Amino acid sequence: MALITCRDLCLGYDGREILHDLSFEVNSGEYLCIVGENGSGKSTLMRTILGLQRPLAGQILTGDGLRINEIGYLPQQTPVQKDFPASVWEVVLSGLEGSCGWRPFYTKAEKQRAEENIRAMGIEDLTGRCYRELSGGQQQRVLLARALCATTKLLFLDEPVSGLDPKVTAEMYELIERLNREQGITVIMISHDIGAALRYASHVLHIGDHVFYGTNAAYRESGIGTVFTKGGEAQ
Amino acid sequence: MTAIPEKLALYWQYPFVRYALAVGVLISLCSSLLGVTLVLKRFSFIGDGLSHVAFGAMAIASVLHVTNDMPLVLLITILCAIALLCTGQNAKIKGDAAVAMISVGALAIGYLLMNLFTPSGNLSGDVCSTLFGSTSILTLKKEEVWLCTVLSVIVVAAFVFFYHKVFAVTFDESFAAATGVRTKAYNLIIAVIIAVIIVLAMNLVGSLLISALVIFPALSAMRVFKSFRSVTVCSAVLSIFCSLLGILISILAGTPVGSTIVAADIVMFFVFSALGTCFGGVHV
Repeated sequence: MALITCRDLCLGYDGREILHDLSFEVNSGEYLCIVGENGSGKSTLMRTILGLQRPLAGQILTGDGLRINEIGYLPQQTPVQKDFPASVWEVVLSGLEGSCGWRPFYTKAEKQRAEENIRAMGIEDLTGRCYRELSGGQQQRVLLARALCATTKLLFLDEPVSGLDPKVTAEMYELIERLNREQGITVIMISHDIGAALRYASHVLHIGDHVFYGTNAAYRESGIGTVFTKGGEAQ
Repeated sequence: MTAIPEKLALYWQYPFVRYALAVGVLISLCSSLLGVTLVLKRFSFIGDGLSHVAFGAMAIASVLHVTNDMPLVLLITILCAIALLCTGQNAKIKGDAAVAMISVGALAIGYLLMNLFTPSGNLSGDVCSTLFGSTSILTLKKEEVWLCTVLSVIVVAAFVFFYHKVFAVTFDESFAAATGVRTKAYNLIIAVIIAVIIVLAMNLVGSLLISALVIFPALSAMRVFKSFRSVTVCSAVLSIFCSLLGILISILAGTPVGSTIVAADIVMFFVFSALGTCFGGVHV
């Protein structure tokens, strides 16, 4: 069974429907890119899959032993975080809070896991630093380490490279690809960057006026694929 | 200048001075703990808003001739805190506007009720001491000190118990909710703790100055320290220090207690700002 199966989803808020009859599935080890114009409902789709809001209709099923709170999530930065006094260690550790339940403190094993994820992201030397004083790329690595604390199976990335310079953007994509290829972590990524989507993704979900779901190759061949791709490459 | 220690030793013999110091320390400790969270959640003014609610509730209690108004005041304040903090970002009226609305509304209704059904002749005196807490900390009874102690212990214990959860919910509520943290339950707990703290703190500085007690230590600590834990510890220590200083000065100089404490907080804020620019500016 697929990790996540969406059946006949209708999405929207305040009774206004943005997307209807959306069906797709994500299997273990895949790398799905969700692309589409602004306002097409990418973020609403993501919030619905994460359980932060309810679908208007349809179902979201999880399989392969994935529980809905085992999704690692890399959100876009919020304004609160810009002046939040927090060390890198505190931020990464907070990724484990979901597995604590009512237990007030972290166990040794959990702290070790946080240390491992910090090493995996190559940010050991930042552990004691203040989060708000880091560069954009460093902050994204910290948040990625936090997301890895919450999951070993599925990462959900919301425009992970927005606001980063080209060099850091490339490093970020490499890092995500390595997690997908070497650790077998399934990746779902929302992106504006069609070029990157076609370079790294195994599957593409295009939402908007035309909805497309299929493999990377099929997307390149399909009509909307080519129109959008040319636009993307021209940028 | 030998007069000051002698004068203090003299005052120390009076139980009301010892009560005032004990309650002052407890309340300033409690109120500083959640200050960081409130400032970051953009709820700096909730102390002000909720204390006006508590003032309105007191007015209702005095109109109804309830002898012990504490339970009623606590209940109404808790309900308002939950209404404000738990509606989240989807509310039709956003945080600051909702706080302003409840604050001004409760103040007006409270004053109106007291004016219409006033039980005592000295209305402006009553209102003034409720708002500024000018004398009530020096007229505490033994039972009130015990009640305050018990509530403070509960608040501090709850904060320590939920410390990591408060951090997770404040830093990134969406991430916390998505990864299975019971954000709604913790927001509810935070709201209840804040309401209890505010009803407690009204005894010390009165309703108008509670905001200062909640936010000044947190803002001062945030100027200098960089991690959530150090900011929390620093603001607790700073808050206790300023309260003790304020109470002592007010006893010696005969100034109003609440305003003296807040004045001490303001001075420390500027001291910490200066420290922050001198030392913190290096690696920003």
